[in-house]
This record gives sequence, C-alpha cells and structure tokens, in this order.
Amino acid sequence: MSATNIPTLELRSLEVAYTVRGIDREVLRDVSFSIAPGEAYGLVGESGCGKSTAAFAAMRYLPRNGKITGGAIFFEGKNIVEMADDEVSGLRRSAISMVYQNPATALNPTIRVGDQVAEVFQLSGVSKSDSLAMAQAALVQVQIADPAQVMRRYAHQLSGGMAQRVVIAMALASNPRLLVMDEPTTGLDATVEAEVLDLVRELRRDTGTAVLFISHNLGVIRNMCDRVGVLYAGALVEQGATADLFNNPSHPYTVGLLRCIPRGGLHKSADRLDTIPGTPPALGTHFDGCVFVDRCALVEDKCRTVQPQMVNVSDSHVARCLNSDKASAMPRSIEQIEYASQSGIHATHNGDTLLSINHLSKVFTQDGHKVQVINDVSFNLGFGETLGLVGESGSGKTTIAKLVLGLVSPEEGGVVTLDGKGLAKTLNRRDVHDVGAMQIVFQNPDQALNRRHSVTRIVGRAVERLRGFNVSDAIDRAHELLSGMRVEASLHSVRPVQLSGGLKQRVAISRAFAGSPQIVVCDEPTSALDVSVQAAILNLLVDLQKQDQTSFIFISHDLGVVRYISDRIAVLYLGRVVEFGTSQRVFNGPFHPYTEALLSSVPNVDGTIRKRIPLTGVVPSPSNPPSGCVLNPRCPRKVGSGYESLCESEEPDLNEVEPGHFMRCHIPVAKLKQLQS
Amino acid sequence: MKQFILKRLGLSVVTVFLVAVIVFFLTHILPGNVARQYLGRGATEEDLAEFRRVFGLDRSLLAQLFGWIGDLLHGDLGQSMQYRGPVSDILLPAIGYSSKLACVAFFLIVPISIAGGVIAAMNRGKKIDRAITVGGLSAAVIPEFVWAIVLVLTVGVTFQIFPVSAFPDEDNRSILNQIWHLILPSISLLLVLFGYIARITRAGVIEALESDYMRTAVLKGMTRRKAVSKHVLRNALLPTIAVIASQIPYLIGGLIAVEIVFNYPGFGTILKGAVDARDYSVLQSGVIVSSLVIVVFQLIADILFAVLNPRIRQKVTE
Repeated sequence: MSATNIPTLELRSLEVAYTVRGIDREVLRDVSFSIAPGEAYGLVGESGCGKSTAAFAAMRYLPRNGKITGGAIFFEGKNIVEMADDEVSGLRRSAISMVYQNPATALNPTIRVGDQVAEVFQLSGVSKSDSLAMAQAALVQVQIADPAQVMRRYAHQLSGGMAQRVVIAMALASNPRLLVMDEPTTGLDATVEAEVLDLVRELRRDTGTAVLFISHNLGVIRNMCDRVGVLYAGALVEQGATADLFNNPSHPYTVGLLRCIPRGGLHKSADRLDTIPGTPPALGTHFDGCVFVDRCALVEDKCRTVQPQMVNVSDSHVARCLNSDKASAMPRSIEQIEYASQSGIHATHNGDTLLSINHLSKVFTQDGHKVQVINDVSFNLGFGETLGLVGESGSGKTTIAKLVLGLVSPEEGGVVTLDGKGLAKTLNRRDVHDVGAMQIVFQNPDQALNRRHSVTRIVGRAVERLRGFNVSDAIDRAHELLSGMRVEASLHSVRPVQLSGGLKQRVAISRAFAGSPQIVVCDEPTSALDVSVQAAILNLLVDLQKQDQTSFIFISHDLGVVRYISDRIAVLYLGRVVEFGTSQRVFNGPFHPYTEALLSSVPNVDGTIRKRIPLTGVVPSPSNPPSGCVLNPRCPRKVGSGYESLCESEEPDLNEVEPGHFMRCHIPVAKLKQLQS
Repeated sequence: MKQFILKRLGLSVVTVFLVAVIVFFLTHILPGNVARQYLGRGATEEDLAEFRRVFGLDRSLLAQLFGWIGDLLHGDLGQSMQYRGPVSDILLPAIGYSSKLACVAFFLIVPISIAGGVIAAMNRGKKIDRAITVGGLSAAVIPEFVWAIVLVLTVGVTFQIFPVSAFPDEDNRSILNQIWHLILPSISLLLVLFGYIARITRAGVIEALESDYMRTAVLKGMTRRKAVSKHVLRNALLPTIAVIASQIPYLIGGLIAVEIVFNYPGFGTILKGAVDARDYSVLQSGVIVSSLVIVVFQLIADILFAVLNPRIRQKVTE
C-alpha cells in the first residue's frame, strides 16, 4: 500500500464515555470517519453532541473523567489509543496541532506571546535565540502586522482575532500534518472571522495540512470543508462531500438543522422559521434504535428498535436513516405560541412613532482620556416595529441600548422620547410605568437570572414591581406568562440552573414581558443558543410582536438573524450610524461600503460564492478617530472613487440617498451602485 | 510602577498614622488613673504629680498625642514607666530576637506549605492529597501555644531531639546553633499556618492545571512535569502570595504566644511584660512597631503581586 492511501486520521468505531457520578455515560457512539492527507473534514452538530470530544480524542486528550471505551484512532496508520505517553507527546510536538475555541484563555496570561510561540520550536530542540527568530517568522506567516512588537505583548493585550492568529501560528509552528480546529472563529466578529478563515484557507493551500474542523456554524463548515460529518447525540448520522450533503441532506436531523437557519432573505413578514421539536437526549441516554427518534418527524415503530446502518445516498454521501430518501421532503415543524395578552393598551397604532431618540452622544473617560463612544445618534421606532442594530464589536450597539434604557445617561442635548413623553436621562429617575415600558433581554440568561430564585419568583417579582400586582396575582400572572412562552408548568418551581439554555432565555423573555412593555431591547438574545433553539426563540419574539404590537431593538452580530427579524436596520461604525433603512434596502443594496464589507464576510450556507470585500486593518480606537470619514482608512471603496481627498478631510453627513434609505458616505449612491454591480 | 509604589507607600503612612491615633486613644480610655495604677495606693499626690509631669500626662490629650507622634517621627519611642529608661533600649534588642525567630519561621513555613499544596494538587483525590489537606486542617485548629507546649513535652523533653529553650546558652551562640534552637518554636507556628497556606496553594495549582493554557502547553507536546513548572506555578502562586501576606499579622500574634512558652526574650515577651506592668509607653510603641511590620509586608506582597502579574503591572504603569 502506498503512503498516500493511508489516511492522516482515522476514527474507527470510536466509543468515548464520561464517568458522571460513578456511571459511565456514552458521549461518542461508534464514530468512524477518516481524513485524507490535505483534506478538510468538518464536524457539525449542536452543543453537547460530542463534536469537541471527538476533536480532543483525536489529540488523545480527554477530561479527567473521560475515557475511550472502544474502537481505535489511527494517525497515519498508527493507533494512538495504544501509544505510550511519550510517543503521543512526540506526535503533538511534530505532527498534530490544535486551535481552540477561546484563544484568549488558551494563551498563558503571565508569559509573553513571543515566548509562548518560541516554546514550540524549543520543544523540537531549537536553541532559545533561534526559536525567538522563528517565532517572529511564524507571526509573519499568520499575517500579523508589526510582529516584533506583538512578540512582547501578553495575551490580554491582544484582540480576539489577533489572539487566534497567535494560536494558529503556535499550531503551525511544528509543521503539523493534521490540524484540529475546535470552533476557531466562534466569538469573533464576522469580519475578523472572515479574515481568520481566509488565513486558514491560504495556509492550507501552502502547507497541504489535513484539517479536522469543528463548528456549530453550518455556513463556516460549508465554506471551509471538503467533506462533512453530522453528529447527533454522539453518533455520526450523516456524512458526505460538502456540496452533496448541503444540497441533498438525507438525515432528518441535518434537514432540520438547515431549515432552522434564517437565510437567503427570509423575513418574518412572510416566513416562519422551522424548529426541531424537543431537546437533545441527556448525556449517556441508551437507545435501542436510532438516536434521533424522539425528535424525528419521520419516526416509525421500527426506528425505535432497529439501529439504522449507514446507507449510500450517492457514492460520496451516506446517511444513517431508514427513511433517508424521504428526509428532504419531511413535513415542516412549526410551533405556535398561545400568549395571553393583558395590556391591549397599544393595539392599533401601526405606523406611528413610539420611540424617538435625538442627538444621543456618550463620552466615557478612560485613563484621563475622553472617548466618544456614541456620536450624535438619532432614530425613530414605530409601534410594533423591530429595529436591528448591527456593527462590529466596539461600534456602540450595546451602549445605544443602555442609553435608551437609561442605564447610562446621555450627554447634554440627547433626548429620548417615548410615546410623546420625554424620558428622564437615568433609570432611577424614571417612574415605574416608564421602566416597565422598556425592558431588556440579555445575551447570557445564565448571568441575567438570579440562580437562587425559582423561575416563578423571578418573573413574579418583576410583575409585582412593574405592574403593582399583589403577590398571589403576580404569581398567577407569572404562571400565565411562562406558560405562554412555552415553559411547562412542571418547570415553574425549578431554579434556572436546571433549565436548558433555550428555556432560560424563555424565562428571561417572560421577565422582560412582565410589565407589558412597549419596547424590548434584545441584546444578542440568541447568540449563545443552538440554531434549532434560536429559531424557536425568534418565532416566539415574532409572535409576541404580532399580538401586542411590541417594538424591538434587536442587537446581533448574526446578520441572517437581524435580516430575518428586523423591519429597519441601523448599521453602526465607531459610534455613528453609517447606514439606515429598511431591512430590504440595507441587505439588497446599494450598500454603504462598510455594510458591503460586513455582508460579504458572512460565510454563506447556501454555498453561493461571493467575493469578499475586505476591510483592511483594525477598528480604530474611538479615543483617536481618523480625520474625515471615520471609515476612510479601512474603506474598500475609497481608492479609485475619485473622492479620496474629501473622504480624508471631511466627515460626511447621514444623507437620504433613496426614499427611506440613509447613508453617511461622500461617494454618490449611483456611483456605489455601479461599483457594487 | 514607580507611581504605584509611591501611592501604596502613601497609603501605608496613612495606615500607620491611623493605627497610632487609635492605639493612643485606646490606651488612654482604659479605666483608671495611669499614675495611680502605676505607683499604687501608697503614692502621695506629689508623687502622682511628679509621675504625670515626667511622662507628660499633665498635658491635654491632643497635646500628648501630637507630642508622642512627634517623638515617634524623631525615632524617640519615649520613656518606659517600668524600667525608667528609653523604650528603644528595651524594644530594639527584643525586636532583633523576634526577627530571628520570624525569619526562621517564615523560611520554614512558606516553602513547606507551598510544597505541600503543590504536592496535594498534583495528586488530587489520592491518599497523599487527603493526608495533606485533612492533616493540615486538623493541625490548624489547635492554637500555636498548645502546639508549643505539646512539642516541648514530646520532642523536647521525652525524646530530647530539639532543645526546649529557644535561646542557646552563652557558650555557643553561633548562628547555626541559634537557628537550631528556633526550629521548635517555628514548627508550632508551621503547624497552625501550614493547612491554610497549603490549601490556598492547592486551589491555585488546581485552577492552573485545569486552565486552557495548561491544555495548550500539554497539546504542544510538553511533558506534564515541564508544563507544570513553566506554566502552572507562576499563575498558581499569585493568590498564595496574597494569602501569605495576609497571614503576617497572625504570624506576629503567634510569635508572642510562642515566645512566652519558650521563654524567648523577644518582642512578644516584652509586650506581655508591658501589659502585666501596665507600661503604656512600651505597649504603645510595641503596637506601632508591629503595625509597621504588617504594613511593610503588605506593601512587599502588593509589589510582588504586580511584578508577577502582567495584567496588574500594566494597569499600575498606565
């Protein structure tokens, strides 16, 4: 057998179990796949399905309570399950490397970045002084500007994207033949994510390294991988060449996952998102038949008793389903809520302005420097309307939300008007009605809900405070709200820690709706959730809006989600609104150059190839904004537009370029349209 | 960094000043007449007046306070009521003795406790871990003067391994012999502090062992031993340093009790003598000196913490 026929990595019937409270619980069930030299293999699935376990098993690194209970892992033909520890360390030094989900914590906080990269070279016997030079070269390879300076920094002095580049440099330093990447771009801005993915693609082309790529993001997987495996409850349920699998998904789980994603111009006005009913099985649940039976729309009696085998869908595509031929046509799964509306006070104001904010600015003082994080932002929000706020981290999305809510007070001249009434600048000077009228749902319900209180108490307290109900009425109303949000009655007395992420977020939404709010600010409400849960939460929000004419200010870095749920969208850059318009206008163009770059950086799950419009450089510090248009040093359309000198000297106004479509750009919209076609 | 140290130094000065004020008023609101208590019932009014004049007790409280603090700043600790001589003549030699004991105790306690914590963390859940954590905690519940007595009676008297006095005879006062005599008193302090310091070290090491950067180090292909020494210890010892610094006051308190048991002519013995004899000037100065020591060690700990932790170092240099 020639060397080229040996896969770089092969998992053969791998079984991994975690010991929890003395009992072994299966995490990976009979998982087999292989990665050829130079191939990129993607593993997708929701959280808790065993993706990361598979990744770490490939490194033979399992948590203290984890063990391999069956099967084998071959690296270039050698079973690493049976290898001695020294030999495994040797492989990690020279042949297998890993890139982690959270680059900031993967770096040692007390050792300079350069020394940490140099360490890899030293481990393979290079002298200390040579290793430092090689580390610097490694940082050049991952396109870090000013590597000499970055070498001397500590982890906390790096941005997320920069830290991930350093980790990638560290991983590539040993010239590995296999690179395991575990959610390498999760938590990074879309533009940074696109840059990191471009980098990985380029490095792969140059080095021919095989990659095991783990992600929950189907778009990223589609764009990065040659072949894909779908994991559910620790079992590989479908596998195939990327295009085959995405174009003809043949396992009900894969079909469900793809249908959950708000994509391709879906909008709440016309389309309801599919969900996958139920929840993934608890760790180590035993199945006689298929692992997906409890949530499958095509389930039959035999599915519960017969373990399905992989069946060929095509030459390069297999699915573990008895009904794989029917999967892509399976019935849709759409749930409706029954939410008992009690307010009824603002039912039919459609089209009128509910909230208007005028000339909001915010200056923070940081180490004695004035930093203008929000610069003269104005917009209106109508009854029952959703305004999406998008922009990279640091663009001021969350600060605007806080200004509106009164959590921070605006500078002199900024006014927030709700339903014709000027609001006090800070929350503690607003009356109960005003406080109840505007509420917030946070990204992380774990931190937003009091873990010592029961679910009923959390919601009940809010009803008491904001509606002035007595305790027993408040509890009744809390139960009503929770049931309306599809939190079952049996869960009303438990504490948040016993709930799944999606249920916690439903509790948080119930709490926000306790005071019959007119406006709810949603700050990345689905970013920490799996796509199937995200779809259910988005459906819930849309239903609530239809019933009560509730308005939303919706913050998200996920442009697909924002596009789906928003009526109008404000694109923010460095505390300024650079583009404002209907969801349709903002997403279909003509685009502001910043929006254009932002949109082009999103990995597309539909597989259509788009040319990425790169934003060069990093977001400038708001303490020292560039002169002229703040975007000009990074603007993809400035050079060659004929407006260079104007862009560099004068800040453009937010002009109405089409009816209802505003842009802050010197380049005339006709010219932009022409450049973008 | 310089600015950070200056700021901390300023805070330390304020702390010591506040301690001085509090100590002064505490000793002066004690019930009874100082002169009467000191000279006894037989003293005449003239004796009392003379005593008050000599020790400045006839002035107003504020005048006394500022006079005393002024003297302190000039290095004048005042006159001992008991010995009728300068307090410094009594206190300084005693401080010298106590420093020797404290040094020996410190260099015994810190390395052993940290090593114990690291060993426990590296063998988490095993017998040796349980022995260290349970043993350390059990030892810590017994006060140091009880340990001192137990140690004197067992390894001192019964087995005669260590000398029972902390102070060598006049014929052999070599440094080694002095240290040898100080080991037993130090062990009684070690037994009390070991459990605490070891436990904090253990927690710090376990946290670092489970950190993502430790995982990175191991997956770079480092051996576990090397990864521990390069990546774990420095991060793990940060909280330990803070704990050790916070234990310095306890160490000083412990010294007093232990010195008395071992009949060691240190600071603690003098302070106890001053309490017994109601020698207020020695007592006041003694407390000031010990607060000074605590403040200095806290300062050293803060600086060390900043030097080891780049995040704080950067914050303080900004």
